[in-house]
Amino acid sequence: MVPIEYYLWLSAVLFTIGVLGVLYRRNAIIIFMCIELMLNAVNLVMVAFSNYLNDSSGQVFVFFIMAVAAAEVAVGLAILVVMYRNTKTTDIDILNQLKW
Amino acid sequence: MDMLVSLVPLLPLLGFLIIGLNSRRLSHGVTVAVACGSVLAAFVIAVVLFCQLSSLPADARFISVTVFNWISAGSFSASLGFLVDPLSALMLLIITGVGFLIHLYSVGYMHDDEGFNRFFSYLNLFVFFMLLLVMGSNYLVMFVGWEGVGLCSYLLIGFWFKNRDYTNAANKAFIMNRIGDLGLLLGVILIFVHFGSIQYNEVLAKATTIDKGTLTLITMLLFVGAMGKSAQIPLYTWLPDAMAGPTPVSALIHAATMVTAGIYMIARNNVLYTLSEPTQHVIMIVGLATALFAATIALVQNDIKKVLAYSTVSQLGLMFLALGLGAYTSGIFHMATHAFFKALLFLGAGSVIHALQGEQDIRNMGGLRKHLPITSVTFFIAVLAISGIFPFAGFFSKDEILAAAYAQDKVVWAIALFASLLTSFYMFRLFFLTFSGKVRASEHTMHHIHESPKSMTLPLVVLAVLSVAGGFMGVPEALHGSHWLNGFLAPVFAPSASLAHHAEHLSHSTEYMLMGVVTVLTLVMIAIAYVQYVSKNQVPAAEGVSTSPFHRLLYNKYYVDELYDAIIVKPLFWLSVQFDAIIERLGIDNLVNTFGSSVVWGSRAARRLQTGSIGFYIFVMVISIMVLLATAFVL
Repeated sequence: MVPIEYYLWLSAVLFTIGVLGVLYRRNAIIIFMCIELMLNAVNLVMVAFSNYLNDSSGQVFVFFIMAVAAAEVAVGLAILVVMYRNTKTTDIDILNQLKW
Repeated sequence: MDMLVSLVPLLPLLGFLIIGLNSRRLSHGVTVAVACGSVLAAFVIAVVLFCQLSSLPADARFISVTVFNWISAGSFSASLGFLVDPLSALMLLIITGVGFLIHLYSVGYMHDDEGFNRFFSYLNLFVFFMLLLVMGSNYLVMFVGWEGVGLCSYLLIGFWFKNRDYTNAANKAFIMNRIGDLGLLLGVILIFVHFGSIQYNEVLAKATTIDKGTLTLITMLLFVGAMGKSAQIPLYTWLPDAMAGPTPVSALIHAATMVTAGIYMIARNNVLYTLSEPTQHVIMIVGLATALFAATIALVQNDIKKVLAYSTVSQLGLMFLALGLGAYTSGIFHMATHAFFKALLFLGAGSVIHALQGEQDIRNMGGLRKHLPITSVTFFIAVLAISGIFPFAGFFSKDEILAAAYAQDKVVWAIALFASLLTSFYMFRLFFLTFSGKVRASEHTMHHIHESPKSMTLPLVVLAVLSVAGGFMGVPEALHGSHWLNGFLAPVFAPSASLAHHAEHLSHSTEYMLMGVVTVLTLVMIAIAYVQYVSKNQVPAAEGVSTSPFHRLLYNKYYVDELYDAIIVKPLFWLSVQFDAIIERLGIDNLVNTFGSSVVWGSRAARRLQTGSIGFYIFVMVISIMVLLATAFVL
């Protein structure tokens, strides 16, 4: 039996990697992947606690999160495709027109 | 039975809704059917109610109906309730009866007016509010009706709203009435404060328990309302200007019904007024002064409708005189007969104006007797009635008021007699200048002259019959009559009759003497008018011709309008200009503009945050989340 702390550390590391990725990377696809990384870090915590507390509702939530993430991917990738078509790049610094 | 009572005001309201909501769609025929039909049906119901009331014993002569509980807040409660007693039944008959005749008349008078449907919807709305006013069983319903008729009066005076003068006249009427209405409203509020109820029967039953000072204040405030609505000094100047409206409106609203609302209101509260002697005196003096004042102005006016308007003011003054003397029945009696002959006079004048294509100046009339036979005969009957010639309606009612005045104060009697003699003089002046002598209208106008259509002459004939026969509802005992009206209205005025200190009763011989004196003097006045305007063929001087100072004073209505303009309107206007410059522009405008510009300046700085760089947004978001979480942990 793996202690619960290990799971928490792992997911904390994954989440931090996700946050830093979102903050530092310029490529929209990478940012997108980092967001997914954060979501899955959360999923991991949910499942771990579900097992630890013997309560299945955590797993139910994971399914919800996955469903939302799938929908988000569909929309997000579509936006990315349009963005690429218009700018021939996926660098988010190009998209700085919407300002004062 | 209850249904019937509620139907009376409901029918004209329905008529108004049907015509008002479809005024662009309905053909004239449908409008006429709905408008006249609803008022006629209301009249038939009123007759039924009237017959039922007369068959009841005197002390059970009222029908009280509560339609629904309207307002209920704390100790205050008001219901939409109707009260039909002899007083309101009489008013119902006059309003719906004369109202129907004038509706019928309007069909002919307004037939080629583009606002035909609008006109009839307003008329129906007016009848509705007027019925509400006289049928309400508490002060609040009366007040709603009171305001409603003011609104309709405004709408109808300004009916031809493309004319600037007419809309000004409408504004003047509305504003003058507002001044009076404020008094009425304050009076009603005081009644609630001191009596704890606004129901007529509860208030009037408690009247003797309230102290005199309070009663005087209440009755004075209510009388201020009556001054505005019934055009008494000092709030009378709107009525002559109100002649800007179509002539049927002048007949219905500004002669027969609405302006008598003040008379009705005081008669309704007769107990309160009988208990408050100071108010009685004020009413008497105001009524007497108005009667004389307006009569002298009417002597020299040249606009056919203006003469009638001042005559209305003067006659209303006589009615108030009667109320002030405590002769409530006489006041109501004169109101009823006045409704007949004054409506007839206005409709006759309308018929003349119609025949002459809008000419209203009597200097341009004359000799119309041959061309307008029905109009001239009915007009003559009305003139006889208003002058008080036996046996026409005005004789009985006016004689009663004069007799009441004689019984209390000979000076009051003399002044009232003088005013009524002036009345007969200027009415016959008007008649002779319009219908006798040489034709002074232009060739062109005379070419098109024609007697009015049937729908206009029929109401004239009916009203003429009423003007002849109307007086017989109150034949005094001196003339071997039983004074039916007195008996009929007795239940309404019984409480105040038992409170009043009885004035000495005039003996029959005194009454004969009074009648004789009045009749002889009236005939003398008529003779003078005849000599001046028929034998000598005098015509009032044209504009700009110099006349005596006294004539100028009268012709310009004692400069009362100019006086009001100088002491009230101009200072008010000046004050408004100052307020506009200081409070509005410097105060409120500046305040609002400061708020506006501070928002602009603030956002000019804050918009720098909107850099457009996504990385920056995400960075701010993450930092913010961390700060939020940190504070959540710390707290």
